[in-house]
Amino acid sequence: MRLWLTRHVQNCLAAMGRLVHKPAGSLLTIAVIGIALALPAGLNVLVRNGEALAGGWESARDFSVYLKPGEELAQAAALAKSLSANGNVDDVEIISAEAALAELQQAGSFEGALTGLDNNPLPHTLVVRPRADAPANELAELARELGTNASVDQVRLDTEWVERLNAILEFVRRGIWLAAGLLALAVVVIVGNTIRLDIENRRAEIEVAKLLGATDAFVRRPFLYTGFWYGLGGGLFALGVVLLGLTILGGPVTRLSALYGTSFQLQGLAGSGALTVLGGGLVAGLTGAWFAVAQHLTAIQPKI
Amino acid sequence: MIRFDHVTKRYAGGHEGVSEICLEVDAGELVFLTGHSGAGKTTLLKLLALIERPTRGQVLLNGRNVGRLPERAIPEHRRSLGMVFQDHKLLPDRSIFENVSLPLIIAGLGRREIARRVRAALDQVGLLNRESARPDALSTGEQQRVGIARAVVGRPRLLIADEPTGNLDPDLSLEIMMLFRRLNGVGVTMLIATHDLALVEQLGGRQVILDGGRVSSEQD
Repeated sequence: MRLWLTRHVQNCLAAMGRLVHKPAGSLLTIAVIGIALALPAGLNVLVRNGEALAGGWESARDFSVYLKPGEELAQAAALAKSLSANGNVDDVEIISAEAALAELQQAGSFEGALTGLDNNPLPHTLVVRPRADAPANELAELARELGTNASVDQVRLDTEWVERLNAILEFVRRGIWLAAGLLALAVVVIVGNTIRLDIENRRAEIEVAKLLGATDAFVRRPFLYTGFWYGLGGGLFALGVVLLGLTILGGPVTRLSALYGTSFQLQGLAGSGALTVLGGGLVAGLTGAWFAVAQHLTAIQPKI
Repeated sequence: MIRFDHVTKRYAGGHEGVSEICLEVDAGELVFLTGHSGAGKTTLLKLLALIERPTRGQVLLNGRNVGRLPERAIPEHRRSLGMVFQDHKLLPDRSIFENVSLPLIIAGLGRREIARRVRAALDQVGLLNRESARPDALSTGEQQRVGIARAVVGRPRLLIADEPTGNLDPDLSLEIMMLFRRLNGVGVTMLIATHDLALVEQLGGRQVILDGGRVSSEQD
């Protein structure tokens, strides 16, 4: 048992030694694998950040109810009261026409235009804040009902774009899984091909080992370890690429979000994400090695 | 120890390497297989090493029909033999020590035991002081001696050699054959294929002459 373990450790280290021995070729292969893994990993980070961003806005599903011009403020107050009783509504704020006008005047640039007006053209407005857990379809129904109210001119539901964003993110997420699958396949092919060349280069050695009574497992082992190292190296390379990307993008994103008055922080790969990248690399590396070995090792039979 | 019982090996294409061959070798014997190239010497050795399977007949080794061994039993069977090749089949990128230790690594021996046995084998062929050299740094005769050390390091009961002196000049050939004779003296059964009749005459011993895939005559 100890001997068996020793042999595995020896094989494992020897495989790494061979890769280190020809660094240029090994690094090139590892870089290709790493980039292939970094693409879906990086896109995944982007989508996760998009989700975080959309999640932050989702609670702001307020909608505005504009009353018909000329309706009394009392009418607005009555409507607000009945809305507050609705189970899906958290809060209703009344913005009177006068308050709206004052706010507009304060904003400045319209001053000239506004002073020219004889009377206030703005309607009274209700800003309805739904409960966070209110279902979207019930809110839409509520908005539609409000629209049919005799004193209401228009209802503006602002949640549509959030839903669109979510739909887009879902679409992108599926796309990433597809891309990840294809790229993982590419990694399998890359490792498989590299190991195939490796087997070809060590053909004499394999033949001699088989002549001396080496089992298939004995001959296979070093190549599987090579695939293991390629996968691990590629996974680490991919993590490095993603980290580098996050570092490069982190500063500008923080500045941009500060300009918008929010404090959005770019999220990195969580621990589980990093493990997925490494695990994916390992599985793909080993699979590629296994395919190459299964295909080519049995074909090599010793001759004398 | 070895018994070929009406063994025929027909290759794809119809050519017969050996035809209905019968041959017995006792434990501890040193047997030279001679004959022209194509007479069936190499085929006979291939059948013993399970590089080829007999088309008909039985190849018995210690009473066991090795021709019928399942595929997965081949490695173990080969580990029980020592094999010497004309082109010695040393790995050029490994040291002499590493080359000779390969059978023991395959057999799964511990490091200390491997070192002990490899040095003993190299000592037997007189190359103990060259263990860290690469095969390229050695003369052809020395390379073949390394090949022999590798063949005996696993302490096989049977050693088969295919034209072991094929690439050597007469002096070196004699030296190699004397080495075989000495190893045979410690009880290893040997089957040596060679076309060097003069050398075999010089050494004496049992000689099996093959012709057209059959035993044409024997000399003692």
